Amino acid sequence: MGKKVAKEVSIAVAEAVAQCNVDVISAYPITPQTHIVEHLSELVANGELDAEFVPVESEHAALSVCIGAAATGARVFTSTASQGLLLMYENLFIASNYRLPIVMVIANRSISGPISIWNDHSDVMTTRDAGWIQLFAENGQEAVDLIYQAYRIAEKCLLPVAVNLDGFTLTHVVEPIEFIDDELLKKYLPPLKMKYKLDPRNPITIGAIGIPEIYTESKKAQDEALKASYPVILRAWREFARLTGRKYNPVETYYMEDAEVALLIMGSLAETAMNAVDYLREKGKRVGLLRFRLWRPFPQREFIKAIGKVKALGVVDRAVSHCSTGGPVGIEVRSALYQSNKRPRVVNFIAGLSGRDVTVEDFVEMFERTYQALKEKPKAAYEIYGVKE
Amino acid sequence: MPRNEGLMSWKDLAPGMYILEPGNSVKFRTGDWRSFRPVLDKEKCIKCGQCYILCPDGCYSEDEEGYFVPDLNYCKGCGICASICPKKAITMVLEEA
Repeated sequence: MGKKVAKEVSIAVAEAVAQCNVDVISAYPITPQTHIVEHLSELVANGELDAEFVPVESEHAALSVCIGAAATGARVFTSTASQGLLLMYENLFIASNYRLPIVMVIANRSISGPISIWNDHSDVMTTRDAGWIQLFAENGQEAVDLIYQAYRIAEKCLLPVAVNLDGFTLTHVVEPIEFIDDELLKKYLPPLKMKYKLDPRNPITIGAIGIPEIYTESKKAQDEALKASYPVILRAWREFARLTGRKYNPVETYYMEDAEVALLIMGSLAETAMNAVDYLREKGKRVGLLRFRLWRPFPQREFIKAIGKVKALGVVDRAVSHCSTGGPVGIEVRSALYQSNKRPRVVNFIAGLSGRDVTVEDFVEMFERTYQALKEKPKAAYEIYGVKE
Repeated sequence: MPRNEGLMSWKDLAPGMYILEPGNSVKFRTGDWRSFRPVLDKEKCIKCGQCYILCPDGCYSEDEEGYFVPDLNYCKGCGICASICPKKAITMVLEEA
């Protein structure tokens, strides 16, 4: 295997994208995503990457360029965050309905207002109905690996894939990264060959109107395509493990085998939460941790299996769904449980908004509060954790 | 039984609802949106062809006698032809339900 090198995660992600031999990159700079596309534009300008870098006037245009380029059979990349993702919004739904294998990195950042550049998941959570495959990285190595995997998954499923990295806490830190070598990557990621694409020698129409007599059928077909991506994602991860020894699962677990109380979280905060699990385990508490790596398609079966026999589950959301029945993850977890026979008490915390620190002590506190839920049902569907009264 | 109003099964759609057969929109008859249809009075018509030129859907064509007649499979009943006709030879007639 390759040796580990110290890299800023954004730079490492850009280099992984370059390794995937993309044809077209279109992006607009926005904090904390900028280093990724800045480095890619450098690689193109220096002649190290043979790709078209299309500078655009907005993120709406960036995704439009990617949609057009992908429709011609090009391998494309874009990246954004926060307001940029919101500016892409209408095109997100178009990209997935047109079944275009676009890969996008979202350097997760809170959305205005109030204006903020710091990390939480409020940007991507607004797009959870957009029909994209959505993956969440925990650390720099995973971010890089998810790029390789995202292209393979996108191109096998003909669906766009969003790779989510926590802004700053992942994008701007230097981590030891092991790249996979180019020869191995060639085996893992064959050149993109689209069966149907825009080609004047063989004309087709992409983007026809969905009259009432066909819209429902189009949405059903799209839904089935996303559902069918699930086994393809699992295969992509099995194959990746075979080539690199690095194992990936839709739901990662930590000390879940005999856990009676667990927390569920997404993204880089899970590493902090692991320390809280270690601390409480030393004290003899049977606690565990769950992390969704795959958020769309929702890993229903793996989630239900992974919760084992927990009696109380604390869901840590990193976004607010104002006056809903929970945070975005909390809502879906409760709904997923309702479809199963398992009925742990669910406590829903909304924490770490706009880069506010969530420390090991905070996670210990959340574990304690989840324990309390065993005795007493939580009064509210969700609470904004750590808010100053 | 719920009504099945779909044009075709979702399983038969090409990925992304792509249309693989070019130019097939001609098969999609849009004339049923119409509530008024144009009726030509050949006594008044001078075959100037302004209806043919100005029809936004291009549904007018010249017949063997040189009159311009609309293809009602595509005419939406907008009435531009009737309005532009210099001889008032075209009248818009309410479609029967």
